[in-house]
Amino acid sequence: MAEERFDAIVVGAGPAGSAAAYTMASGGLKVALIERGEFPGAKNVFGGVLYRKQLEELIPEWWKEAPIERQIIEQRMWILGKESAVTFSHRNEKYKEPPNCFTGLRVKFDQWLAGKAEKAGAVPIYETVVTELIHQNGKVVGVRTDRENGDLYGDIVILADGVNSLLGKSLGVHKEWAPDEVSLAVKEIIALPKEKIQDRFNLDDNEGCTIEFIGDTFGMAGLGFIYTNQDTISLGVGVMVNDLKKKKIKPYEVLDSIKQHPSIRRLIQGGEVKEYSGHLIPEGGFTSMPPLSGDGWMICGDAAQMVNAVHREGTNLAIASGKIAGEIAIKAHQAGDYSIRALGEYDRSVKSSFIHNDLKKYRGIHGLFKEMNSDTLFGSLPQALNDAAYEWLLVDGVFKKEKQRKAVRTLKSAAGGNMELLRLGLKGWRAING
Amino acid sequence: MLHIVACIKQVPDSREIRIDPKTNTLIRQGVPAIVNFYDLHGLEEALRIKDEYGARVTVVTMGPPSADKALKLCVSMGADEGVLISDRAFAGADTLATSYVVALAVEKAAQEWGPVDIVFCGKQTLDGDTGQVGPGVACRLDYDQLTYVEKVEHLDEAKKEIIVHRHLEDGVERVKAKLPVLITALAELNKPRRAGLPGVLKAGRYQPVVWTTNDFPDIDRSKIGLKGSPTIVGKTWVPEPKKVETQMLTAESTAVLAEQLIDSLYATELPAKLGWA
Ligand SMILES: Cc1cc2nc3c(=O)[nH]c(=O)nc-3n(C[C@H](O)[C@H](O)[C@H](O)COP(=O)(O)OP(=O)(O)OC[C@H]3O[C@@H](n4cnc5c(N)ncnc54)[C@H](O)[C@@H]3O)c2cc1C
Repeated sequence: MAEERFDAIVVGAGPAGSAAAYTMASGGLKVALIERGEFPGAKNVFGGVLYRKQLEELIPEWWKEAPIERQIIEQRMWILGKESAVTFSHRNEKYKEPPNCFTGLRVKFDQWLAGKAEKAGAVPIYETVVTELIHQNGKVVGVRTDRENGDLYGDIVILADGVNSLLGKSLGVHKEWAPDEVSLAVKEIIALPKEKIQDRFNLDDNEGCTIEFIGDTFGMAGLGFIYTNQDTISLGVGVMVNDLKKKKIKPYEVLDSIKQHPSIRRLIQGGEVKEYSGHLIPEGGFTSMPPLSGDGWMICGDAAQMVNAVHREGTNLAIASGKIAGEIAIKAHQAGDYSIRALGEYDRSVKSSFIHNDLKKYRGIHGLFKEMNSDTLFGSLPQALNDAAYEWLLVDGVFKKEKQRKAVRTLKSAAGGNMELLRLGLKGWRAING
Repeated sequence: MLHIVACIKQVPDSREIRIDPKTNTLIRQGVPAIVNFYDLHGLEEALRIKDEYGARVTVVTMGPPSADKALKLCVSMGADEGVLISDRAFAGADTLATSYVVALAVEKAAQEWGPVDIVFCGKQTLDGDTGQVGPGVACRLDYDQLTYVEKVEHLDEAKKEIIVHRHLEDGVERVKAKLPVLITALAELNKPRRAGLPGVLKAGRYQPVVWTTNDFPDIDRSKIGLKGSPTIVGKTWVPEPKKVETQMLTAESTAVLAEQLIDSLYATELPAKLGWA
């Protein structure tokens, strides 16, 4: 056992844990920050887009010192057919000032954010795995690590151990994943000369662009992404685990096939794959969110399911929840009360924040995917939309009226008839409007 | 009390090094830094002596400010003090200039924390591979040098004697020497420990001692840095990958396949070379 006691112990130096540690250390608490990786971010994976807003509330103008890649001024959404795409996008110079979001790489970003917590006084304990929580009289009073004399005691333990939170499971607030609550993402980082990236994506200097796409994922519920970094491109796809199981397709097979799509192939041509990684994404959202605190503990970020899959927001929810947990911990420390009575304030704060409200808005999405056939939603419908667009734009002498009828018919039959199309529209509308 | 100095170097993790095909130079950018692993075997032996006899262990490294990470690792394992010798004037040093500065640092460590009994170095570094710094330091300090040590058999604290096994090409040499000595460590010497939690906590807050040229009033500036380094790299190149013949084995079962593999291996000169035949 380590002799030293801490006011707070944070497990996991991802965005949630480092934000919590930074908040508490800046508030004068004695904080230990434990991370299993060789250093924070060493093995962490995300898309990734970092958002200005939530971190700015913690570290003003953070993007001026943090290792970011590009400032995003254009976001595109693609609906892919077999060899076609229907695209939407928005580009706006206004996204420059104030900036809205950035591309980043976790290896650098997590290290930087944890470094801020260290500088604020948090004691780094890296390459160390927390194996279990230590309980006394029904309260969490510390953590057991995999090091010799590895027990560490503290008044509050903050769990920020990510999507597969073993500690959350041990508390019983985090159940085993159901295959329809989680998707498996694979990602490649592809190196390309800076000029090529800027030409291919229509960008200047530090401007960046994001592309998200659905369709062409073998009829499985999935979302793909392409993000521009300084001299690399992040390309990946996340697919619902139950669909992968059903279709017996490996995620990298999906990625390989997507790389051949004519709209994508050219963007990455000549690039060298530098890194390959995989990670789970919690998709359960609002309905799978556990209780967030108890006697001596609070849980934040992915460990508490705080991912808004529709808007690919995760790091910002993680950071915001870490900050709130940190603030509640400071109050609890001042009051000398670490019971659920004091820490329950965290649940209430999260409830009134954007985290709870945004996740609640989309709570129907999970049910929609569950109910709907992925083949329809992610296979035949995107294809039908592409076919309709093709017909509509093809100049072949057919009367426009007939063309319109044909286009609508294509969509209808893909959905399984008039009523089905209507029902789907309604369901979809409800799912994204809480 | 015994005073042991362990010399370490932070090196790029050679498992992650790639070569820029255009310039034929090492891509160091983004390659994680680790402690040269032979050095860790030296440190571990120092710590074992500390555990058994009681000793003060000082770690020294010459390097950029970022090398403080390496020193923190050593402190987490149990070293008492970590010294970072860091100054722009030291940059560009070859093995001659490096051994000059490291020897000065050992002398200074002796002034600060008591006479030095043993200096540990690694056999060689992963990035330079010369194996010259250890012997260089020993010469400059006029210590007996015990290179390629695979075992410390005995240490007699009272008589100030040490018995070690040196692994040489044609056998093992068992040597008794009078302290102070400089030992260069092989990987066989021991298995470096994983720091316990109290050590990690200590290291988390530890700030290494930093020595710059100003801390060595008598330093001869013509002997340090690039100026003090007569080594000239004439040429570097990447060896052409050798073409080797490949033979694919197929069989109905793994057992048969294994048989085939062994048969075809024994059909080569390899077993004879390795002394298996
Ligand atoms: C492919 C993919 C793309 C994504 N894209 C985006 C995006 O573009 N934008 C966005 O905002 N979000 C994105 N997300 C989501 C985002 O990555 C997460 O929401 C966010 O990282 C959550 O942060 P966290 O700190 O809660 O967890 P994590 O980042 O997972 O951090 C948990 C940390 O805890 C450590 N840890 C775990 N267990 C232990 C233990 N027992 N002991 C010690 N340490 C432990 C881990 O090593 C890790 O460092 C994406 C996710 C994926 C997988």
